[in-house]
Amino acid sequence: MSHFTTIFPAILPTTLPAILPTTLAVTDAQTINAALLVSALLFTCGLIGFLTRRNMILMFLCTELMFQAAALAMIAFGRMHHDVSGQVFVIFILTVAAAEAALALGLVVLLYRRRETLDSEAWSELHESA
Amino acid sequence: MLELASLPTAALQIPPAIASPEFAWAGLILLLPVLSALLCLFCGAIGVKSKLPGAITAIALVASFATTLTLFLKLPADAPRTIHMFDWVAFAWTGSSATGAVVWTGFLAPFSLYVDSLTLLWMLFVTGLGSLITIYATEYMEADVGKGYTRFFASVSFFLFAMGALVMGGNLIVLYLGWEGVGLASYLLIGYFYTRPSAVAAAKKAFIMNRIGDLGLALGVFLIWQNYGTVEYDALFKAISAGSAPAAESASWTAAAIPYCLMLGAFGKSAQIPLFVWLPDAMEGPTPVSALIHAATMVTAGVYLIARLYPMFVLYPDALTVVAWVGCLTALVAATIGMAQYDIKRVMAYSTVSQLGYMFLGLGVGTSFGAVYHVFTHAFFKALLFLCCGAIMHGMAGQLDLRKMSGLRKVKGFGVISWTFLVGCLCLSGFPFTAGFFSKDSIIAQAFASENPTFALLGWIALFTAFLTAYYAFRVWFRVCGGPIKIDEPGDEMHGHDDHAHASSSHATNAHGDGGHSKGGHGKDGHAAHEWHPHGPGFAIKGVLLVICIGALLAGLPSYLGEMRHEPNWVETMVEHSSAASGIPVHEHAAGGHGHHALSFTGIEDVHTATSVVASTVGILGICLAAFFHLFNRGAADKLRAALLSNGLTRWLPLLLENKWYVDEVYNAVFRFNAWVLGHVLHFIDKQLIDGLLVNGGARIPMEIGRVFQPLYNGALQGYAATMAGGIALIVAWVFWIWMHGA
Repeated sequence: MSHFTTIFPAILPTTLPAILPTTLAVTDAQTINAALLVSALLFTCGLIGFLTRRNMILMFLCTELMFQAAALAMIAFGRMHHDVSGQVFVIFILTVAAAEAALALGLVVLLYRRRETLDSEAWSELHESA
Repeated sequence: MLELASLPTAALQIPPAIASPEFAWAGLILLLPVLSALLCLFCGAIGVKSKLPGAITAIALVASFATTLTLFLKLPADAPRTIHMFDWVAFAWTGSSATGAVVWTGFLAPFSLYVDSLTLLWMLFVTGLGSLITIYATEYMEADVGKGYTRFFASVSFFLFAMGALVMGGNLIVLYLGWEGVGLASYLLIGYFYTRPSAVAAAKKAFIMNRIGDLGLALGVFLIWQNYGTVEYDALFKAISAGSAPAAESASWTAAAIPYCLMLGAFGKSAQIPLFVWLPDAMEGPTPVSALIHAATMVTAGVYLIARLYPMFVLYPDALTVVAWVGCLTALVAATIGMAQYDIKRVMAYSTVSQLGYMFLGLGVGTSFGAVYHVFTHAFFKALLFLCCGAIMHGMAGQLDLRKMSGLRKVKGFGVISWTFLVGCLCLSGFPFTAGFFSKDSIIAQAFASENPTFALLGWIALFTAFLTAYYAFRVWFRVCGGPIKIDEPGDEMHGHDDHAHASSSHATNAHGDGGHSKGGHGKDGHAAHEWHPHGPGFAIKGVLLVICIGALLAGLPSYLGEMRHEPNWVETMVEHSSAASGIPVHEHAAGGHGHHALSFTGIEDVHTATSVVASTVGILGICLAAFFHLFNRGAADKLRAALLSNGLTRWLPLLLENKWYVDEVYNAVFRFNAWVLGHVLHFIDKQLIDGLLVNGGARIPMEIGRVFQPLYNGALQGYAATMAGGIALIVAWVFWIWMHGA
């Protein structure tokens, strides 16, 4: 399920123009609006998921989701300006997301080793003293 | 109203001073005490445990006296001399006053000496008595050798330097230096027994009350500079006789205020109403201090100030009237209080206040000669009286209550003390032909002879006070030295004035061969181990008492020679040739009868002779009254007191007198209590409002703001993320809003 939500939005923008350039009775504007809407929805899902989850890996998963939402928005704006830079930037985003995943998961592993739990509440003592 | 027109205007002409660098060695009079003070401090620093500081001080002061004597003999009497020692305060600029009447070119106050006959007269008895009392003190303070001895003599040396600066200074700033210096020395010496809270309180009281007077003096100095452009005596007297200064109308009220300001300073230093309550408390200090500072020298500084600046006062006769009234009332009030005290040192202290009142009365009614002469004679006999009290205290282990001792003249070792005490009391009472007789009478005579009719009333008050003076002086003598021998063993009085006197009395049997046995006091002969003998003093004390006694008797000699043998009165000529004589004709025997005067009922034409007769009679009456109550019929005094106390109306009389007219209590209620309350209120405001509310409260604002935001940092990751998301949302909304409004 999580893979689906991660990979599918990445594949779709790259293939959609190739597969359905003009056959669908959809204008560019509608496409772009739709893409941006989906991006917004994905971002919101990711944000809400991040804010409400306690499992560190799931929190990180939601940040990845927010990344992909940004990537989708990039595609849409690239289409809007007829500039392939948007799609180029998506490659960057994917790369950065991957690198960050490595870092974050490394940190999660270390944190897990300390407290034997993936609960982020375990680290709530790192706060401003009263 | 004193008629200025009747004054010989020539008397206002003081000859201009001649600079005399050839007399620069006169500066030794001041330098020797300074040197002695420094050496004593050095001794204290290296921890000398012998009588060396006493010896140093005594030698230095005797040398200072010798220098004064040489100066007196060698100085030509033509004009005052100024001796410049070094440049001190010197601010010079060019300028003029707004009205152009006075040109202020600078504020110059070099450290110079102004030596005229008044200065010499004063310095002779200051250094003379200073050296004698220091010699007395070398024995008196011996119980403190190693503990406070050095400190005592350093303070005494410093005192004599400051007194010298005060008297010999050539301008008002050097006088002020001396004035403050004697105040400081007085504080140090009154508070000599600093472990005793009463002594510390007395020292503070003296210093603070002096400060109130010093405010007057400082204002007077400022006003003099403002109106006359100078603070140096020479230039000042020139300006006054040239009549230049109060020319500017706008300055006239400030010039008229000068004598009142100076008067306040004089009243503070010389313990007159309203600033006299420090002097009796100053008896907490060792007796040599009381004798030197609070009888002979420091308290006369106020009289000196007015005498020196007499030309200033003569310009404003109303000021002189105020001085006369204050002096007379102080004399009366202090005499009444002295009548009811049991501590003999207190009686002498109030006597000093009273006699100082006489001196101010003399200055006010116009006889600066009488006042200065009284200063001179009073210095001797009062110092004598205090030293006798001290010797009694020394021998009686701190006992000073006149109810507890009697018949000392018959006690072995106290003979010299008793008879010199008698001489002192006779002088104080104005017994015919003693020194006090001549000096007091010249004051009272002038009060009657003066043209101001209200001064005759002051003369009568002064006569009544003379009666009281004789009474209280002989009350002390008859009780302490007269009558049968009866000495109470000092029990609880050991906490009295000089603790060390007790320590020395315990060495009575071995240290002093002339220790006496008292017959009446010991009821319990079984207490051989605790037997206490009053011991007579040693050579230093007895010698000094005798010398001062002779001095007190000789102090009347100038008048004896003057009146009886018609030779010029030495003191009179000394005063006449100085600034103190300006304005008022000094002594006019030759001017013929004074016509009708207040004492005409005696049938004697000449007012001076009439005064002498009346005053002597009054004095002898006082002695007789004292003899009745305190020699022949001692119980009568207690019965009278009980009778007065029992009656509701007269009850107040003994109560008022014994409680010093409740002046201290009144001051406490009016000033101290209110100041205390104000202090606490201000403390509260400072601590709670300024510190608490403004400073600490101001500091708490950032803290509270921080507390508001503190929950944001609760360690929950999601909270931080939520805050961030919220912030981003706000920014996006703001950008959107700007974009929408086409900014």
